[in-house]
Amino acid sequence: MNETGSFAFQFQDVSMTFPEKDGELEALEHIHFTVPPRQFLCILGPSGSGKSTLLRLLAGLLTPTAGSILYPQDQQPSVGLVFQQANLMPWRDVWENITLPLELRKLPEAESAGRTQRMVELVGLQDFAHAWPATLSGGMAQRVAIARALIQDPDLLLLDEPFGALDAITRERMGAELLHIWEQSRKTVVLVTHSISESLLLSDRVIVLSRRPGTVCLDMLNDLPRPRSEETRYDPRFIQLSRHLRQAIQE
Amino acid sequence: MMKKQSNTQKHASKPAGWTYPLALLLFLAGWQLLVFLFKFPAFILPSPLQVGQRFLTACNDGSLLRHLLATLTEMLSGLAIGIFSATLLGYLLSKSKFLERVLSPFLVASQAVPVAAIAPLLIIWFGSGVLSKVLICSLTVFFPMLVNTLIGLHAVPAAMRDLMTTLHATRWQTFTRLEMPASLPVLLGGMRVSATLSVIGAVVGELAGADKGLGFLINVGRGQYDTALVFVAVFTLVFLALILYGSVLLLEKRLLRWQEAK
Ligand SMILES: Nc1ncnc2c1ncn2[C@@H]1O[C@H](COP(=O)(O)OP(=O)(O)OP(=O)(O)O)[C@@H](O)[C@H]1O
Ligand SMILES: [Mg+2]
Repeated sequence: MNETGSFAFQFQDVSMTFPEKDGELEALEHIHFTVPPRQFLCILGPSGSGKSTLLRLLAGLLTPTAGSILYPQDQQPSVGLVFQQANLMPWRDVWENITLPLELRKLPEAESAGRTQRMVELVGLQDFAHAWPATLSGGMAQRVAIARALIQDPDLLLLDEPFGALDAITRERMGAELLHIWEQSRKTVVLVTHSISESLLLSDRVIVLSRRPGTVCLDMLNDLPRPRSEETRYDPRFIQLSRHLRQAIQE
Repeated sequence: MMKKQSNTQKHASKPAGWTYPLALLLFLAGWQLLVFLFKFPAFILPSPLQVGQRFLTACNDGSLLRHLLATLTEMLSGLAIGIFSATLLGYLLSKSKFLERVLSPFLVASQAVPVAAIAPLLIIWFGSGVLSKVLICSLTVFFPMLVNTLIGLHAVPAAMRDLMTTLHATRWQTFTRLEMPASLPVLLGGMRVSATLSVIGAVVGELAGADKGLGFLINVGRGQYDTALVFVAVFTLVFLALILYGSVLLLEKRLLRWQEAK
């Protein structure tokens, strides 16, 4: 990888251990890679391989026990974080949930309202702007979560199995919507997923983590041509790459 | 649509409005009958009519209102102080593992001391005026409120804390936007219990030594074999407790509207 060019973030020999009752738990070991700006990166790996830990390190929720993560100008970038569960505040309606990041930054009311309106429209929830989260379907709730993550225009969009709790059809549609959003805003995206085909349909690059302790066991550029569609699944190259990924995960 | 459904469910399980007055009426009639049949002297068991008369005279000479206001003042101040200090300490304990470890044993031990037992002590130290009652009241309320604060803050989802961290929320913003609303249902549950406990606290304090209040009125009635007066005071206390409990319920309905959406 080109170490000197521009980058969105760099993992430099990062290890992460958690203190346990008896001894330590090594979640990540010697993680080393560079991500250029605007890349759509997918992270695959078996359960417990440290995918969420990697995202939490990126989000600044954890600090590595060894090595370091570099950012341009040594500044922790702003991040939008989306979890597997939508994680909405049940006492705030859709609008109030989406506007939360702006509220915390004390943006002027007019500007904040305008941006919230645009996000509500982007995720197609105009008719539900004042619904309580408890009344939303899983897919709608997750869209609110994505809107909330995007509203402050973050440098990094981090998604931890955001569609894991959705049915297959909704999941595909949300993936397509995410792609659309990414193409418009061109942010750096890191998406953790369990689905090989999802990673191939969405990403520029796929990193596979090994069983615990997590190390990078495959770092693969995804050269499938864009725009991709459901048809891409039948592309021979798609099949070749997905076999490649499957082998890496099972090792 | 959803609301309609839950409303019909409520109607099915909740008795209609007129059942309560009817039950009360039956109770009073039974009581009157009991007194009529067994001819109890008024200082053992006055009839509801005698209690009613006593209630009217106590109203007319202004004594009932005076004592009621005294007790109400003690209760409300006790509640306010107890709730405020318990939630504050609960918040601090939840933020500091060290503080929690050091103080927990004392707090649990303090709970084992019945308030009725230390009420006389507090009256010796703080006099038989309002202050000692307010203290007794807030002590009664303190522990359940503290426990509920800790439970409520503990129930704040970790993922939401993470969210606030990535959004660089300040401590105050996290408190007002997340911790308070998230623990509010549990806090309000604690307040409901506290509301009734505060009545007990105030009366225990007054019985231990006071010169006004409904507990004092009970002592006066007992001393003068004016049992009807004791009844008037007791019913007034029940009424106070109900009003207070109902106010918290109303507050819950107002503040937790989002919970009805389910
Ligand atoms: N805060 C923590 N304290 C202790 N151990 C932790 C902590 N967070 C994660 N771990 C451990 O680190 C390992 C990796 O966890 P992580 O959640 O990153 O895996 P994952 O790849 O996201 O798994 P999954 O696919 O199931 O979500 C696990 O063994 C987990 O128990
Ligand atoms: Mg995970």
